[in-house]
Amino acid sequence: MAPMFEQTSAAGTPADSMLPVPYRIRRVWRETADTFTFDLNPADGSRAFSFAPGQFNMLYVFGVGEVPISISGPGDSLSIRHTTRVVGGVSKSMRALKSGDTIGVRGPFGSGWPVEKAAGCDVVIVAGGIGLAPLRSVLCAITAHRDRYGRVTLLYGARTPEDILYERELKSWRDKFDLDCEVTVDRAPGGWRGIVGIVTKLISRATFDPANAVAMICGPEVMMRFAIMELHRCGLAADRIYLSMERNMKCAVGFCGRCQYGPLFICKDGPVFRFDRIAGIFGVAEI
Amino acid sequence: MIETLERLIAEHPFFHEMTEPHLQFIAGCAKNVRFEEGEVIFREGDEANQFYFIREGRIAVELMIPSRGFTTVQTLGDGEMLGWSWLLPPYRWQFGARASKPTRALAFDGKCLRNKCEEDHELGYEILKRFTHIISERLDATRLQLLDLYGANV
Repeated sequence: MAPMFEQTSAAGTPADSMLPVPYRIRRVWRETADTFTFDLNPADGSRAFSFAPGQFNMLYVFGVGEVPISISGPGDSLSIRHTTRVVGGVSKSMRALKSGDTIGVRGPFGSGWPVEKAAGCDVVIVAGGIGLAPLRSVLCAITAHRDRYGRVTLLYGARTPEDILYERELKSWRDKFDLDCEVTVDRAPGGWRGIVGIVTKLISRATFDPANAVAMICGPEVMMRFAIMELHRCGLAADRIYLSMERNMKCAVGFCGRCQYGPLFICKDGPVFRFDRIAGIFGVAEI
Repeated sequence: MIETLERLIAEHPFFHEMTEPHLQFIAGCAKNVRFEEGEVIFREGDEANQFYFIREGRIAVELMIPSRGFTTVQTLGDGEMLGWSWLLPPYRWQFGARASKPTRALAFDGKCLRNKCEEDHELGYEILKRFTHIISERLDATRLQLLDLYGANV
């Protein structure tokens, strides 16, 4: 059976990439008021699912529509996990699904995080909001082989304490796997004893060797822009920074052009990019 | 004790490249303080005559919102500065501050420093320049917080 963290390339898309495969929802649960997670297994029970951390699937709610959702890593019992925020009609319908229901899956698509390349390096992971979901797969891969990496830091920003994803796993990563894990929220009631402020402000306080570190960032583009500025201030070069970009995607294989980003397609060339490769177009209006 | 404080102050990035006489004067205005978790450091509206450099711990800057209670708008941690209301009339705290973890800090007599800045404009310029940098960083951070980046459709 193929390992869950098998590294695949963007070129490794399935032969019939437009055909959704039925998957059964093994388990579904609510993470926050607008976010839910489910674990999926192939409906016919026939095959394991290989993906690279950072890749995404197209999830199809039959009769409603299809949306791109990042793979959040492995779930229980050889399942794959997706954490989704409700932002439109399809994700709203998806939230109404229950365990045992069937959903269509196309994928995995796109490029992955540099999990293998980061071996031997310090790793700085900066996540904002739902951006932690695609980075969970990196954290799972790193914690599965913790000794391969240097100092690992997770900096995570959420809107409020109620919007923090994966609270139990955050605690486990911190306690069991020697991760420096800082969580900050944009606003909090008086009883909150944690950090309040923007996540990018935590970067200068993190301990890492900029000459031998890799940063992976996922969140709103404005947050990523400020995170990159902070990482540069800390001495991290552009070719050591990776980020996951988001645009509306339809076909997921570069046919339709919906997610064109300058000379690139987010679905096929991304969603994970090394920053120096997109620095010229990142943050440019009308791209 | 003053020598130790002087060393601590000289090592802090905020005071880098300040002249020896200025550092000596600032050290004379400083003392070590400790706050227990939950302890109120100052309250909104109180007279603002101090500022603090956090050596270790965490301090919540908070605002009382009727019907919602105290709301934390920002926390400050190791190496960060708390309080600039002592610099500007009417010298009243605009927000409250409370230790959210046991905290060790250096407390500076802002009134003493303010008076000295009036006499010694070179010191005044150095202090203002440094505080302006911090205020600018906090303003940038506040602007990002106001964007509510993690809300839907951002």
